[in-house]
Amino acid sequence: MLLECNGLVKTYMSKRAVDNLSLNIERGRIYALLGPNGSGKTTFMKIAAGLVKPTSGSIAFCGNNIGVESKKKVAYMSTEPFFYNYMTVEDVGKYYQDFFEDFDMKRYDDLLEKMELSKKDHVKTLSSGLAAKLKLAATLARKSELYMLDEPLNGIDIIARDRVMTAILETIGNENSIIISSHLVDELEKVVDNAIFIKNGGVYLAGGAEELRATHKKSLVELYKEIYA
Amino acid sequence: MEFDNNIPIYIQVIHDIKQDIVTGVLGLGDKMSSGRDLALKYKINPNTANRIYRELEAQEICYTKRGLGTFVTEDGERVSQIRKDMANELLEQFISGMSKLGLPKNEIFLLLEEKFEKYDGTDIAQ
Repeated sequence: MLLECNGLVKTYMSKRAVDNLSLNIERGRIYALLGPNGSGKTTFMKIAAGLVKPTSGSIAFCGNNIGVESKKKVAYMSTEPFFYNYMTVEDVGKYYQDFFEDFDMKRYDDLLEKMELSKKDHVKTLSSGLAAKLKLAATLARKSELYMLDEPLNGIDIIARDRVMTAILETIGNENSIIISSHLVDELEKVVDNAIFIKNGGVYLAGGAEELRATHKKSLVELYKEIYA
Repeated sequence: MEFDNNIPIYIQVIHDIKQDIVTGVLGLGDKMSSGRDLALKYKINPNTANRIYRELEAQEICYTKRGLGTFVTEDGERVSQIRKDMANELLEQFISGMSKLGLPKNEIFLLLEEKFEKYDGTDIAQ
């Protein structure tokens, strides 16, 4: 088991962002983390990435606590842009290489080419779509065991979405896993092994995508509409 | 390829591959893409891609040579059979649709003939 969470709770003042969330992430699978805004997806990812401490409950990565060691093996892409404006696309690669042992510059170059990004471009001049692709290229260029992508398709046009999905599919192997949060359920339908529906900070429904479709006789898109309508 | 979310993805891809085999896009004994490349080609989950090959093997549409990859069957009869099965499936859909419209057999035949005449019988696919 790559990631195990039991009864995870995170409260901000009186608000429970994550409420008794339990789930397991296995190796070699792509997970869709689904739910409307404010359902707790991002808070969960931030806890797993070690950026936010849970109020209570347990979470383990490869059987160990979240910390310095897990951070080396977990690649998290947040929704917020996280590069400095003065940087060029090339600088972003060097910055990542300094930060992460598992960063692969060759893969970064390859991803930049696929995403049609130029190394000379300045971060501050990038359109929102290109900036989104840069975040993804930097994250996927790591050789991590767990990738957590928070809304990787936000601000990316339909043509580029195909490229993004290809890059994600190239990254998955037998030993690593990917968690993708998105409200664009349709885009994830054919790509994911498992779906996790989050409601009010907890897991409402989870399982293999094919099994969920077979049991409920509904596509993930239809299930999503049913659960959150 | 456009997917229909109401039909399991592996079934849709299998159908597409069968069509390629029947029309000769994939020839007898041709090497097929790896599971990984199949996933990238159709933008589907790699585990689904592997399942597709397992399924195609079980149906004796392709076979795996250890260490070399997956190949289209060399059995021409099997391919003819697939073509027949696929045609049969379409015919059944067509006939059941027409029956629901309350059309008897002879009228269906007439309509078909008309349609073929219109298209000169060649590029009916248009």
